[in-house]
Amino acid sequence: MSTFADTTFTSPERIRNFCIIAHIDHGKSTLADRVLQLTEVLDERAYRDQYLDRMDLERERGITIKSQNVRLPWQIDGEDYVLHLIDTPGHVDFTYEVSRSLAACEGAILLVDAAQGIEAQTLANLYLAMEHDLEIIPVLNKIDLPAAEPDRYAAELAHIIGCSESDVLRVSAKSGEGVADVLDAVVLNVPAPVGEQDAPARAMIFDSVYDTYRGVITYIRVVDGKITPREKIRMMSTGATHELLEVGIISPDQKPSEGLGVGEVGYLITGVKDVRQSRVGDTVTFAKNGADEPLPGYRDPIPMVYSGLYPIEGSDYPVLRDALDKLLLNDAALTYEPETSGALGFGFRCGFLGLLHLEITRARLEREYNLNLISTAPNVVYGVTLQDGTELEVTNPSDWPEGKIQEVREPIAKCTVIAPSEFVGAIMELCQSRRGRLDSMDYLSESRVELRYTMPLAEIVFDFFDHLKSRTRGYASMDYEEAGTQASDLVKVDILLQHEAVDAFSAIVHKDNAYAYGTKMASKLRELIPRQQFEVPIQAAVGSRIIARETIRAMRKDVLAKCYGGDISRKRKLLEKQKEGKKKMKTVGRVEVPQEAFVAALSTDESAKEDSKGDSKGKK
Amino acid sequence: MSALPPTGEQPPERGTLPTTALAGVGQRPFGIYVHVPFCATRCGYCDFNTYTADELAGGGSFRGWLDALRAELDLGVRVLGEHGGPVPRADTVFVGGGTPSLLGGSGLAEVLDAVRSSFGLRPGAEVTTEANPESTSPELFASALEAGYTRISLGMQSAAEHVLRVLDRRHTPGRAVAAAREAMSEGFEHVSLDLIYGTPGESTDDLRTSLEAVLDAGVDHVSAYSLIVEDGTAMARRVRRGELPMPDEDVLAADYELVDSVLSKAGFDWYEVSNWARGEAARCGHNLGYWRGGDWWGAGPGAHSHVGGVRWWNLKYPARYAAALSEGLSPAVGREVLGAEDQRVERVMLELRLSEGLAVEALDEAGVAEAWRAVADGLLRADALRAGRCVLTDRGRLLADGVVRRLIA
Repeated sequence: MSTFADTTFTSPERIRNFCIIAHIDHGKSTLADRVLQLTEVLDERAYRDQYLDRMDLERERGITIKSQNVRLPWQIDGEDYVLHLIDTPGHVDFTYEVSRSLAACEGAILLVDAAQGIEAQTLANLYLAMEHDLEIIPVLNKIDLPAAEPDRYAAELAHIIGCSESDVLRVSAKSGEGVADVLDAVVLNVPAPVGEQDAPARAMIFDSVYDTYRGVITYIRVVDGKITPREKIRMMSTGATHELLEVGIISPDQKPSEGLGVGEVGYLITGVKDVRQSRVGDTVTFAKNGADEPLPGYRDPIPMVYSGLYPIEGSDYPVLRDALDKLLLNDAALTYEPETSGALGFGFRCGFLGLLHLEITRARLEREYNLNLISTAPNVVYGVTLQDGTELEVTNPSDWPEGKIQEVREPIAKCTVIAPSEFVGAIMELCQSRRGRLDSMDYLSESRVELRYTMPLAEIVFDFFDHLKSRTRGYASMDYEEAGTQASDLVKVDILLQHEAVDAFSAIVHKDNAYAYGTKMASKLRELIPRQQFEVPIQAAVGSRIIARETIRAMRKDVLAKCYGGDISRKRKLLEKQKEGKKKMKTVGRVEVPQEAFVAALSTDESAKEDSKGDSKGKK
Repeated sequence: MSALPPTGEQPPERGTLPTTALAGVGQRPFGIYVHVPFCATRCGYCDFNTYTADELAGGGSFRGWLDALRAELDLGVRVLGEHGGPVPRADTVFVGGGTPSLLGGSGLAEVLDAVRSSFGLRPGAEVTTEANPESTSPELFASALEAGYTRISLGMQSAAEHVLRVLDRRHTPGRAVAAAREAMSEGFEHVSLDLIYGTPGESTDDLRTSLEAVLDAGVDHVSAYSLIVEDGTAMARRVRRGELPMPDEDVLAADYELVDSVLSKAGFDWYEVSNWARGEAARCGHNLGYWRGGDWWGAGPGAHSHVGGVRWWNLKYPARYAAALSEGLSPAVGREVLGAEDQRVERVMLELRLSEGLAVEALDEAGVAEAWRAVADGLLRADALRAGRCVLTDRGRLLADGVVRRLIA
């Protein structure tokens, strides 16, 4: 069936570009599915639940990592319209990507679960959308749930957006009830795109994805002029030029077109193999007669969190390297370089946008490449000034300078937590223990509170989510954004096994927390490392000063009492097994440390308990 | 011996050995082990291959077992004779179990006759039988001596009544010492008492009392083992349920040190990690064969054998053991043919347990370097290593397995 939306160069007045802002689990994918069905873009046969979330990992964790975008036909009163639904990544770490998706839209559906209310990440993205002057269409989903409280949450949304409660649409994406009204509201309320048709082409890249067969697929929103195939294009941030092999729309699969006009959304293919060549936020223009000024808002992705990734089996190192090379094709924000740890062997120092980015990358490496990995405690980027004026950027505790330090600056973040008000005390206690400073507190409704803190990013990246979740029984949601740096009294704590520092356990912490970190690690290791034939001191040190000590007493008995005729084979087999086991031990000085001890010591308390740290769902 | 035999390859039907294993038979010490699979009752800690009268069906009678034993010894003569040379006579015989003393004096005599009429005994051969204190008498010892036994090994375990009860032992605290005295007064020069330490509930004083009783008995050999709770035993179930608190390794180490110090003061020398003797003649030559890599034929259900780097083990259940032999087949159910490296590892593992130690030639270069590090750690004796042998120090004895792992790493 052919529709109005099948051909491009649609007049801008007939175009509406919008996205859906929602918390994970609040039904964004279901709504998108329903929209695809309602607009008959997807027939029943091809229908697959949550069509828009393609990656297995996304399906499993309910997180949209890479966005999908689709062009839809819609009619009101016999008038044809083209809707571009622009999907947004749903997590804090991808704030910049979200901002680019928002920049490609004129409107946003704010989708909120009628049984749960708005969550911190949603709120953050909503504020971002409002900053971009997007028209907000508030929608309560799941109104057919027995636990739904649409009146209560409509009031909450109205309070936040500053609209009337009656403006809040009520739908059930699952049943389809009210969905058509939402599309009508998009057409009626969202402004049409505006651009100069005759100006040199300018299109903004809001996403790019690596495809094994086609190379990089770049998603663009045309702002000015038109993008047509078989011409040379230029990426304005780098000046690199590429042959434009194909331009097309997505409905819901890729369909080549004659080009894209003002306000239109689609994809382009140039044959490049690396998403770094097609950076989110960049402006595409033509190599000949191109635009002079790029669109505003481009920014290089900057890693905020670093962690060492090591294969548990040393022989997997090449596999890990190849896997990172492949992930890099599809992840412009990931950085890595080889690193050697005395304790963990060969691995990579990796830079991530944030914790979730780290976790997703690690999970993908483990799942898609069948790797078993250890990751060292994540740390942020420190700016260190030495007394002689030298300035250093430290992304790895191993690189912490030995010399006299004049000042250390650490990144700070604005952190927003939304939770039922009964947990306010617990959250405040946690944030204070993490050097947080309360900026404001706001009751969203009688029973829900929004807390805003300024906190060192380092405190957030180190198991803050886990503690927040466990202290609020999973009811709190949080979001953070970087907010500059501050000077802090930071020190590096080393953990020494038999007087030898174990690099994997070194950490940069606030001076007041050094003792707590040192004693915690020392006592943890005392439990984890088996007794040796000699006494092993475990020490925590700041510089040359020992701040904590534990001792693993020497093993006293390790001998089989009976070794007669029939015991010998069994005993030899046991020896062989132990010999194999010994190979898996890492040796620090002369101390044999089982691999599991490293894993256990490096995993945070909470994640060790529930092993589901990556579960970012605000509620359970 | 374990409740579960090691996994190995299927042995040949007739028990034939590779010629490489047969080479040198007769030049190495040769022992015969006879397994008596009978007990009056089963002790809660024991996982040995043994059966009470109630547990045994028809094929497991004493007569059936003895006939099968004779058949196996004859098979052994055939198998070892296949190399063409003379079949070795036994340097040592060890009748163990189970409870050999349940066979009575005449039964023990028949067992030894079976050995004599198959492999035969070397002049001056050491012939030991194990015995449980409650099933011995002066008459039994007299007939055993008469039959040709030279050594008695008594399972004493402890002199503390509550400890014996936990171990399910049926003898009274004084009985083992009395039995040892009876054996000696009937003419046995070599009598050994076995102790078990580390039994749940045993105090240091209990162990001291047991040691004093051992010294009081005047025996010339003592074995002392820390209690090992084997899987599948009644005791393991009680430990798992938390009914029996197991002592920790540090307590066991202190117990061992107590045993060693009391025995040393009384003129005993350790010659293997768990064995002490008054003078060289008092050492158990048969067991030394195990540790020095000698050959032995283990006859009886579940018995293990070793000849020239081949280890094999028999069917465990007496009736099936007897049935195989009655068909002229080897009762072996599994075996392993050890390569040179496995033999070396075993040598390190076994000889290091001995006071005479391990010749340094058995180690590779890294092993020798590690031996010196073990000296520095106080686990091996410097003087001995300078003289070319790895000999455990007192502390090293308690960590022998770890030292072995280091030397073969």
